[in-house]
Amino acid sequence: MNKYKKIDKNIVIEDRDSKICESIEESIKLSGLKDGMTISFHHAFRGGDKVLNSVMKVIASMGIKDLCIASSSLASVHDEIIEHIKSGVVTQIYTSGLRSKLGEAISNGIMDKPVQVHSHGGRVHLLQSGELNIDVAFLGVPCTDKFGNATGSQGRSKCGSLGYAMSDAHYAKYVIMLSETLVPFPNAPASISQDEVDSIVMVDEVGDPSKIGEGATRMTTNPKELLLARRTARVIENSGLFKNGYSLQTGTGGSSLATTIFLAEKMKKKNIKASFGLGGITGSMVDMLKNNLIEKLMDVQSFDENAAKSLGENPNHIEISANEYANPSSKGATIKQLDVVILSALEIDVDFNVNVITGSKGLLRGASGGHCDTAAEAKLSIIVAPINRGRIPTIRSKVNTIVTPGDSIDVVVTDQGIAVHPRNVELKKSLKRAGLTIVDIKELHKRAMRLCGKPKRIEHTDKVVAQIRYRDGSVIDEVYQLAK
Amino acid sequence: MINSAHAGTLESSDVYIQINPIEGDKVEIDLSSSVAELYDDMIEELIRDTLKEMNISGVHINVQDKGALDFVIKARLQTAVFRACETKPTWGGTQNEV
Repeated sequence: MNKYKKIDKNIVIEDRDSKICESIEESIKLSGLKDGMTISFHHAFRGGDKVLNSVMKVIASMGIKDLCIASSSLASVHDEIIEHIKSGVVTQIYTSGLRSKLGEAISNGIMDKPVQVHSHGGRVHLLQSGELNIDVAFLGVPCTDKFGNATGSQGRSKCGSLGYAMSDAHYAKYVIMLSETLVPFPNAPASISQDEVDSIVMVDEVGDPSKIGEGATRMTTNPKELLLARRTARVIENSGLFKNGYSLQTGTGGSSLATTIFLAEKMKKKNIKASFGLGGITGSMVDMLKNNLIEKLMDVQSFDENAAKSLGENPNHIEISANEYANPSSKGATIKQLDVVILSALEIDVDFNVNVITGSKGLLRGASGGHCDTAAEAKLSIIVAPINRGRIPTIRSKVNTIVTPGDSIDVVVTDQGIAVHPRNVELKKSLKRAGLTIVDIKELHKRAMRLCGKPKRIEHTDKVVAQIRYRDGSVIDEVYQLAK
Repeated sequence: MINSAHAGTLESSDVYIQINPIEGDKVEIDLSSSVAELYDDMIEELIRDTLKEMNISGVHINVQDKGALDFVIKARLQTAVFRACETKPTWGGTQNEV
């Protein structure tokens, strides 16, 4: 007992604010970041992100090299990474998406190590399995207190859900929070909690919320997209799953958004209420919640300002982490309770395999996202795409790159008819009974070829520039360097 | 062939075709296309075949393609030829001789 008498109560008041650093550089020094380490970022601000570029500038100026950037995804705003690759600051990348000039540079072989393209669920799996070992996470958050309790639905620039940041904060060894708005302690309820945060840096801007949607959230007037949306809504209506308490995930983009609106009309008419809406949440899903057509929204990423606002205001709009959303080895990924998912595609082949990562010319220009995660777990996985986009055929004999294996797809809705995976005998019958045009996917391919002509093969070298990781971590496909 | 003429637009999924008479009986083609990597050979073949069908030679053709489908390219080319020849097509057939 005596030894406890020697313990002084010596509280240093300054220590209570000690997480707050003066600069990004100071926080990096504290983190012990060294050559060869792995750093992470999250993509809640998508095209409006201002954290990755500004942090990378500081890291480059400090002379740190040979880093692995693990960002939950990358947008066109991140083309500045090209310079850091050239100067040796960045030598490895883990991401869900690659686009724009960065995607082009990597497709042309700028990196020695192949980029690892993971799904949103697969990223958490890689974090859990230990392959992806984050040394320092740089997490931009709209609002925090001095102890690191952070949220995305308060502050000046709201991004809404911090779902991807939550999983990174959990697994990273050192967490640096970058934020715009400092609120008094305790900031509750918090998305990322104080016990997972090491340092805090206040910056002018973490992101521009107006660029989160980047046009993905407008209602389409394109007649082809409206046709696809009407068809998709009819497929869901006649799938046998369209009952009170069903659940739904939609994406962004014209057809997906319009489908939500057509579906809402049908739900109103038939008095059907969905139990939950999942995934990236858009304003049109929020409208369904407000109109009492959906019980709860499970939001891993808010796709527009309406969604971000709703998350902060509506108690039935719930924030979930990437682990709760889609990790296949999670104890409880919400996708395992999902009925219907509506997904897009750059290419679909006659075996129903889907490509959402490489474009028609073989360039990396898309994102894996939750595609293969949700397709594998939802009872009804619907791909919506026109059979051609301009002269580019969407239905191919073989996709350029497989992201989602065909056997997890149930239905492909196109402007030239609906193809049902041969496994779904009953579904095919009931869609036919409903008067929908069911076409063999090989017939869709023939029509696409008749319209567009057979494209030339894309020439490539044998250098692998990206590996596509399936949700369980396995390599499902590889992307090669384009021949000059 | 008496004049220079053009047809089409630079809108996405359309093609702009400019046709100019030249000395001799060659067909010269300048092709730029948003889908050149995939379809340049097919587009050039279509242009040569269409001109042959129409008995046209001694021309320089400038093609600025924005991903148009074959029937669009063919229609734009035929129109440019008709304008250059100041003749009117006989619609209804697939082949139009000038």
